[in-house]
Amino acid sequence: MPHMVIANTLRDGRVVFLSHDGSWAAAIADGELAQNETAASRLLADSKSSANSNVVIDPQLIEVNETDHGRQPTAYREYIRAYGPSVRNPG
Amino acid sequence: MALIKDGVEAKDSFVNACHLDTLPASGDIIVSLDQWNDHRDALLARDAQLGVTLKSDQHPDSIADDLQHFALVALEFPAFTDGRAYSYARILRDQYSFAKELRAVGDVLLEQLLYMNRVGINAFDIVGDNDLEQWKVAAADYTVWYQPTNDGRTSIRDLRRG
Amino acid sequence: MYRYDEFDHTFMAERVAQFARQVARRMSGEMTEEQFRPLRLMNGLYLQLHAYMLRVNVPYGSLSSAQLRGLAEIARKYDRNYGHFTTRQNIQYNWIKLDEMPALLGDLAKIEMHGIQSSGNCIRNTTSDQYAGASADEIEDPRVYCEIIRQWSTLHPEFSYLPRKFKIAVTGAPKDRAAVALHDIGLRLYHNAEGKAGFEVLVGGGQGRTPVIAKTIRKWLEPEDMLSYLEAILRVYNLWGRRDNKYKARIKILVNATGIDEFRNQVDSEWDKIKDTKLQLDAQEIERIRAYFASPAYETLPDYSAELIAHGEQNTAFKEWLKSNTAAHKITGYLIVNLSLKSPKQPPGDITSEQMLATADLADHYNFGELRVNHRQNLTFTDVRQIDVYELWQKLAALDLATPNIGKVSDIIACPGLDYCALANARSIPIAERIQQRFEDIDRLHDVGELSLNISGCMNACGHHHVGNIGILGVEKKGQEYYQFTLGGSSTEDAALGDRTGPGFSTDEVVNAVDRILNTYIEQRDDIEETFLETYRRVGMAPFKEALYGAN
Repeated sequence: MPHMVIANTLRDGRVVFLSHDGSWAAAIADGELAQNETAASRLLADSKSSANSNVVIDPQLIEVNETDHGRQPTAYREYIRAYGPSVRNPG
Repeated sequence: MALIKDGVEAKDSFVNACHLDTLPASGDIIVSLDQWNDHRDALLARDAQLGVTLKSDQHPDSIADDLQHFALVALEFPAFTDGRAYSYARILRDQYSFAKELRAVGDVLLEQLLYMNRVGINAFDIVGDNDLEQWKVAAADYTVWYQPTNDGRTSIRDLRRG
Repeated sequence: MYRYDEFDHTFMAERVAQFARQVARRMSGEMTEEQFRPLRLMNGLYLQLHAYMLRVNVPYGSLSSAQLRGLAEIARKYDRNYGHFTTRQNIQYNWIKLDEMPALLGDLAKIEMHGIQSSGNCIRNTTSDQYAGASADEIEDPRVYCEIIRQWSTLHPEFSYLPRKFKIAVTGAPKDRAAVALHDIGLRLYHNAEGKAGFEVLVGGGQGRTPVIAKTIRKWLEPEDMLSYLEAILRVYNLWGRRDNKYKARIKILVNATGIDEFRNQVDSEWDKIKDTKLQLDAQEIERIRAYFASPAYETLPDYSAELIAHGEQNTAFKEWLKSNTAAHKITGYLIVNLSLKSPKQPPGDITSEQMLATADLADHYNFGELRVNHRQNLTFTDVRQIDVYELWQKLAALDLATPNIGKVSDIIACPGLDYCALANARSIPIAERIQQRFEDIDRLHDVGELSLNISGCMNACGHHHVGNIGILGVEKKGQEYYQFTLGGSSTEDAALGDRTGPGFSTDEVVNAVDRILNTYIEQRDDIEETFLETYRRVGMAPFKEALYGAN
């Protein structure tokens, strides 16, 4: 199953995904998909570079399903991180 | 490595002998509690100042009767999150009236400087010389304190009374 | 209420400046995340699933209208127009940016508020009875001692790197509305035979994965000795509390392992050495703080309760609300009014900026410009003239703050759960919403009567599930959310931990399970006066188990 790297930005804590050019994307659709284990470990290594230590917090690999409704992290926790709370903001 | 004592950079005359198999013949040394217990007579016979290190699980009660022999007690912080030595410092100062150097060693963070000062620690082993300026800034972070301790600073309660 | 003086203001300004410098050092890369994390936590700043979350202390639940307006402004300026009141009388913002924190803390300092020690292994916000100073059953005002503890515990040099977090609660009434037996230290004020006020001291209570009801360590403590005694307990804990396993690091584990009698001896031995130091409080200091909590300028008013009841005869909605959302006041002609933050339209404890601003105006008009936050995640106006109550109810209803459910099954305590929290295993808010929707019918709500239902999204038990009459714990099993039930818990003066019913229920089954529990209670109760808890204590688990899982 494909993997992506998810993290929170240092500056505002928002959820981001590592994209193919090494930048961090806000939308899961814009993140880089690693199709095999080698690609996944390379992606994770990139995310933990010293340059990134000052940009994002706690980058980690997550498993992602590609579906007709877009990319869906398999763990529910990561799904909520990717798409936001399942309840609407009262404000 | 630098030593800050009583707010200024100080020369450290002590050699840390805690991990040495053979104790140096001369010069000021800091020994472990085990070394002190094992070589007490030899250490007392040396013609130099002596310090002892308490690990974070070594309560000062273990040296209560020997404090007159020590020019310093080093309190070890194995991790900055291990706060036992804050209590050891207060026990040494308040209950045993130990008036000589109390030195923080180990994982000592800049941000903890003032907490340590307030419980009676007056010397700090710090890693990295370029931090020195920041240590001076951190020492001035606060000018008011809620808690009465024995570090000579006036608590807010006493200030309110004028 | 307490107001900062020049020293408190100086301290706050210095704290804001210090954190601004720490944020700058982190942003520039001078400090690693590992080094920065404990510093931001000690200012209440967590990293949650979607953003930083800031927890702001509301000391012992006491707020002025100006502070509430300030909190509304912060929600508008730095967050998404709402806040969440927690079970420890704090408010949390869910969408905070690190680079805006220094400015935010500056704004908070202007309203005499902060997030210091709202997280971390230190002494947390001291909590209390939301009816303090007003309730008919109060013996002594606990806020005086809460404020003394607040000052003593703020940046305590010796106790800022404890084995684990440390929570203190104080109450001054026989009816315990502050859950003191579920705190690391609980203080109960009462009068001795000579009529002098003093404390019963409880130690080692707590929830989390090892819930424990606190034990009495001292039956009588003079108020003058309060700080020296607290310092003695904290010192014994700091010295001997476990540091090798964070799940065994709370004082409850130490007290249980040591035994309460031996623990008491250790504390007494430490206390002997520090009792006569500057920690000793004198009457002058206690009175100086007490002056801040002087009663508001009550008018001499006639008892208006007959008229209120007459209003209720004309208006059922008002009648139900009056019955459940108000409480007796110590002064004739006044009433305590609870504002429900448990409308089915909003997550439990959530409040929008607009509601905060409107509530602040109502507090100015009807409640001497003050209000309280309580541990069941609702707000309280403590000093409302009975003659104003009907009018206030109409205004609260228009703001959706008058759901007539205080102390009822839909007055749910719920943690943020997996919708926000990085520690959670399952969601809490949607479960609370579904239960509230099912029990929206007022007749059913009031037929079921007095009942607490508490939901936590993980073992850490922020939603107090162990002490809910009905407790619901969210767990994760093979990627699915499941909910386990406990019955018979209580957080009041008869504190008890709930008993597990058995296997958990899926998200779709939870509400029906609650329904079956309540139907069983209604079948089993002696009469309508017997509460859920009383019935459970009398009949035990068996009928409930049968209703949930069928006969075995």
